[in-house]
Amino acid sequence: MNTPAMHTVNLVKIYQTGGLPVPAVRGIDLRVERGEFVAIMGPSGSGKSTLIHMLGGLDTRTSGEIWVEGKRADTLNESAWAILRRQKIGFVFQFFNLVDNMTVADNVELPALLGGASPKHARERREYLLCELNLTDKADAAPAQLSGGEQQRVALARALANQPQVLLADEPTGNLDSRNTRDVLRLLGEVHRQGQTIVMVTHDARVAGLADRVVTLLDGQIIDDGAIAPTRRRPKGGAGDVVELRG
Amino acid sequence: MRLQLLALLSKEPAHGYELKQALEQIFGTAYPSPNIGQIYVTLGRLEKDGLVRSVDVEQSNRPNKKVYYCTAEGREALDEWVDSATEGPRVRDEFFMKLVLAPMTGIADRMTLINRQRRHYLAIMRDLVELAQQTDQDNRPAHLLIEGAMLHLQADLDWLERCQEDLL
Repeated sequence: MNTPAMHTVNLVKIYQTGGLPVPAVRGIDLRVERGEFVAIMGPSGSGKSTLIHMLGGLDTRTSGEIWVEGKRADTLNESAWAILRRQKIGFVFQFFNLVDNMTVADNVELPALLGGASPKHARERREYLLCELNLTDKADAAPAQLSGGEQQRVALARALANQPQVLLADEPTGNLDSRNTRDVLRLLGEVHRQGQTIVMVTHDARVAGLADRVVTLLDGQIIDDGAIAPTRRRPKGGAGDVVELRG
Repeated sequence: MRLQLLALLSKEPAHGYELKQALEQIFGTAYPSPNIGQIYVTLGRLEKDGLVRSVDVEQSNRPNKKVYYCTAEGREALDEWVDSATEGPRVRDEFFMKLVLAPMTGIADRMTLINRQRRHYLAIMRDLVELAQQTDQDNRPAHLLIEGAMLHLQADLDWLERCQEDLL
């Protein structure tokens, strides 16, 4: 079988708060194939955010294994994780984490430059991403001058700047209104079609509906994992079941 | 469809086919295209109830067409319609019946029921996202309808999550 983009073996996270052990993730085996788009859903407190943070090396695991493209990653130290992220992983946080004293354009170009892209290539990629997200006219602004929704879109552009092997995202549409969500949905759909692997924690069914597969967590464990099958009735550019006609 | 047709007729008199076109144009892809037979049946009932009346209009080379207009009684019915609040949506009771009754009879597992239902809702959501992308951006009523359907679906998914948490 092909090497998966990412996989975990019996992954466990136990937080120690006030002396009491609180298990957040309880033995997760997850396999993400290359090019696959996996949505992770579940109620708050089910371990979704902890899981995605561990996959990006932003939180340490208590036990179990994390593998990125066939290489063991959970045993890496912090600086080795930083290098792995720079080379292979894009991360979108729930609360953007943009660099405040840099322009939007520089925020987006930075990861590509750190990853070794030429300045010309980094600029072209930035222009493409900002244009797709309707942010071209904000390129020279500082993050603090943007709305929450705009900052969230910049964070997505930054995560994709490097064309990472895997895009990890934690509730990337949490701050967006419906129009901005539409731009984000379009871009995600497009990079996914281009082969981008995506693992995304989301509560937003519009985003989850784009995924190839949905993994549902409850109480730190996977309770459902499977493809979203097409509905029997496809909207054929005509009437969906949006409204019901009564006689 | 009675009151939608009555509302259109209160604006100006029209024949059946014009009403069909008007509905399609206003609501766009999000609305099931009404069939012309259904429209004539509804107009017939409205006329019988005295809410609309029709006149035959002569046409050269063609059979007469029937043009309908709204009566004072019709106008009153319309006022009553717009002035009253609309019933709220109800919980999907059929799924809830399965959820409560199936395990009691041992024919299904509740986790499995909820998981299957979630995937089904997500597939519908995917269709709605596609429908929104195919719908003309300038057709605001169509987009609002689709967005309404999405919000209802999101609420249904949140509720499934609640049902699932309750099983813990």
